[in-house]
Amino acid sequence: MQSTSHAFKQNAHRALHDPMLQKAMGHVRSGFIDKRVQAAARLPEFDQLRDQAKAIKDHTLAHLDHYLERYEAKVLEMGGKVHWCATAEEAREAVLSICRSLDARTVTKGKSMLSEEIALNEHLEANGIEPVETDLGEYIIQLRKEPPSHIIAPAVHVNKEQVEADFRRVHKNLPPERSLSEAAQLVDEARQVLRQRYLEADVGITGANFLIAETGTSVIVTNEGNGDLTQTLPKAHIVVASLEKVVPTLEDCATILRVLARSATGQEFSSYTTFSTGPRRPEDPDGPEEYHVILLDNGRSSMLGTEFQDMLRCIRCGACMNHCPVYHAVGGHSYGWVYPGPMGAVLTPSLIGVEEAGHLPNASTFCGRCEAVCPMRIPLPKMMRHWREREFEQHQAPAKARLAIEAWAFVAKRPRLYRWATSLLIGALGRAGRRRGRFRELPLAGGWTAHRDFPAPSGRSFQARWAEQQRRGRASR
Amino acid sequence: MSSRKAILGAIRHSLGRQRGDGAEQAVEARLRTHDRNLVPQRGCLEGEALLSLFSSQAERIDATVERVATDAEVPEAVAEYLKRNNLPPRVRMAPHPDIQALPWAEKAPLLEVAEGRADPQDLVSVTPAFAAVAETGTLVLHSGPQTPTTLNFLPENHVVVVRASQVVGAYEEVWDRLRAANPAALPRTVNMITGPSRTGDIEQRLELGAHGPRRLHIVLIAEEGDS
Repeated sequence: MQSTSHAFKQNAHRALHDPMLQKAMGHVRSGFIDKRVQAAARLPEFDQLRDQAKAIKDHTLAHLDHYLERYEAKVLEMGGKVHWCATAEEAREAVLSICRSLDARTVTKGKSMLSEEIALNEHLEANGIEPVETDLGEYIIQLRKEPPSHIIAPAVHVNKEQVEADFRRVHKNLPPERSLSEAAQLVDEARQVLRQRYLEADVGITGANFLIAETGTSVIVTNEGNGDLTQTLPKAHIVVASLEKVVPTLEDCATILRVLARSATGQEFSSYTTFSTGPRRPEDPDGPEEYHVILLDNGRSSMLGTEFQDMLRCIRCGACMNHCPVYHAVGGHSYGWVYPGPMGAVLTPSLIGVEEAGHLPNASTFCGRCEAVCPMRIPLPKMMRHWREREFEQHQAPAKARLAIEAWAFVAKRPRLYRWATSLLIGALGRAGRRRGRFRELPLAGGWTAHRDFPAPSGRSFQARWAEQQRRGRASR
Repeated sequence: MSSRKAILGAIRHSLGRQRGDGAEQAVEARLRTHDRNLVPQRGCLEGEALLSLFSSQAERIDATVERVATDAEVPEAVAEYLKRNNLPPRVRMAPHPDIQALPWAEKAPLLEVAEGRADPQDLVSVTPAFAAVAETGTLVLHSGPQTPTTLNFLPENHVVVVRASQVVGAYEEVWDRLRAANPAALPRTVNMITGPSRTGDIEQRLELGAHGPRRLHIVLIAEEGDS
C-alpha cells in the first residue's frame, strides 16, 4: 500500500473538516469503550491474564528462531507448505505463483491487515486474478476503493447511507426499487452476493491471529464466519502471517484468546475461533486440498533486540485506537498507511521508515490511555518517545523545532540557570497578564494563540512555591 | 541465500543467539509439557452448576438452548424447532453415529433427513459437538469423515446436539480431550463456535447472520442429576 504518512498534517486537517467522517467517528467513541470496560469487569482475572499474555509473547519472542523452526516442521508433517518471505514483494509473488499453479481466476479473502501491508489485492488484479473481500467491512471498502481505517472495523469511517449508495452502484442486477435503509437489509444483501463468490472461488486467503508451534496450526478469529467459508470451500487455503504471530502451545493460545475479544469488541469470545492444521485429510468430505502459509518478515526481525521489540507482542485488537483522542478526531486514513492509531504510530516507522512516518509518533497527546488498555501491556507512549528521539538524532525535525529543543535542553540541564531563567520569564509573563489573566497573542507562541488564549502564569514558578512551602512547613514544626 | 536462512539468521543475530545457550531445550520442554496458564475461576464448576453456566452464557450471545432428558427426545425437539421458526421439515445431518442412532423415523416421521456435507440450498444442519465450554458458552466441533465443516457454516440454521458429559468448564479441558482423541495430530479444522454469525461493520451496530448461520440452536441432552 502506498503510504501518505508524510502528509499526516494535511490528511488530519482534511479529516477534521469532513462532516461525514466526523459523524462516523462518533460510533467508535460509543461502540467500543463501554463494552470493553464491562467485559473486563465480568472477568476478575482479566488483569492477571494480561500479565500472563505478555509473558507468553515475551518468552516466544526471546526464542523466536526455535519456535518458528518447530512450527514449520509441524506444518510440513501435516502436509502443508511454508513459504518464508523476507519482503512484501516476495510474499506477493509467492501468493501469485500458488494461484497460478491452480489456474485461479477468483480468490476470496478473509480480513487480513498483512494482506494490506503487502498490497496483495493490487498485485493479484494486475495479474488477472480477481480478489474478493468477504468480511463485510473489507467488502465495503473494496467497493469504495479505499484502504481500511481501523484494524478490526475497516469501514468504521463509512456511514450507512454511504454503504447503501455503494451497494446500489455496484449490485446492478438487483431490483433498483429494493429497500436498503436498514443495516439488516445491507447485511442480507452482502450475504447473498458474497455467497455466490465463495462457491466460485478457486483459492481462499486468510490472515492468522496465531500460529501454534506445538501443532503447526493457524488460528483465525472472526464474528461473521466469512473466514471459514473462505478457507473451507476453495481448492486451496493460503494463510498470510507475519512471523511474530507464533505462540508455543494451545494453552498459551487460550490465555491470549481470553484477553483478545474482550479488549477488541468487548465480547467475551468472538463467534468463530478456527484452528486449521494442514490440508483436508484423505477421508474428509470437505475442506481445501492444499494448505500454504506465507510467513512474512518485512522488517520485523530487525525490531527484535531493540527498544521496539515490545511492539511485536501486539495482537491487533484495536483497543489502543478505540481509546485514542487523536484517532477519534482524525480517523484512521489520516495516518496514511495500514496501521492507524497508537500501534500504527509505533509500528509504521519501523516498517516503512521514520523518514516517511515521522509525524505519526508526534501525533499523540501522551495521555496514556492506549497503554492503560493494551492487553499485551505494550508501552506505546514510551516507544513513540523513542521515535521522536530518533527523529531528532537523525536531524529530521524542522530546523526551528530543533533549535527550540536544543535551547531548552541547554537550559534544562543547568539547574541554576534554569531556575533563574524561568523565574524571570514567568515573572514577566505574570506581570504582563495580571489584568486579563490570559494572552490573545504571544511572540513565538503563534501556533498556540491562533486557536486559543494562553493563560497567564501566576508570576512564580512551581519550584519557587514548593521551596517556600517546604520552608514554611519546617518553620511551623 | 534462501529467505528462510536469511530470516532465521537475522532473528538469531538480533537476539544474540549463542550455541548451547539452552534456548532450544527451553522450547522443547515448553512444547512437551504444554502447561496450563491461569484458568479463570468462572469455569471451575461441576454438575448442574456447570450446565446452567453453559446455557446462560450461550443464551447471552444469542444462541438458543433447549434441554431434553433422553436421546429419544432429540428428533421431536428438532422437528418442533423447525416448526416454531417456520422452516420446512428438512435437515442435513452429519453422518455421525451419535446423530444417526437417534430415532428420527420413529419420533419425527415427517422430517426429511439427508446426510453429508452441506449444499448451498440446505436451510438447516444438525451436527454433534466434540465438546462445549461453559466459561463462554462455546461449542467445539471439528472436521472429519463424520463431521463435514461445511455443515457448520453454510446453512442458515445450525442445530447442535450436545451431551452433558461433553460440557467442560474451560478451554484447557478441551485441549486435553482433543489430544487424547487425536494423539497423532489435530483434525484439519477445529471450530470454536460462540453464538450465531454476527457483524458490527455497519455503524458498529450488531446484526446477526452475516455469513454463517443466523440461528444457532443447542439441544442439550441431560437427564436430571446427569453431569
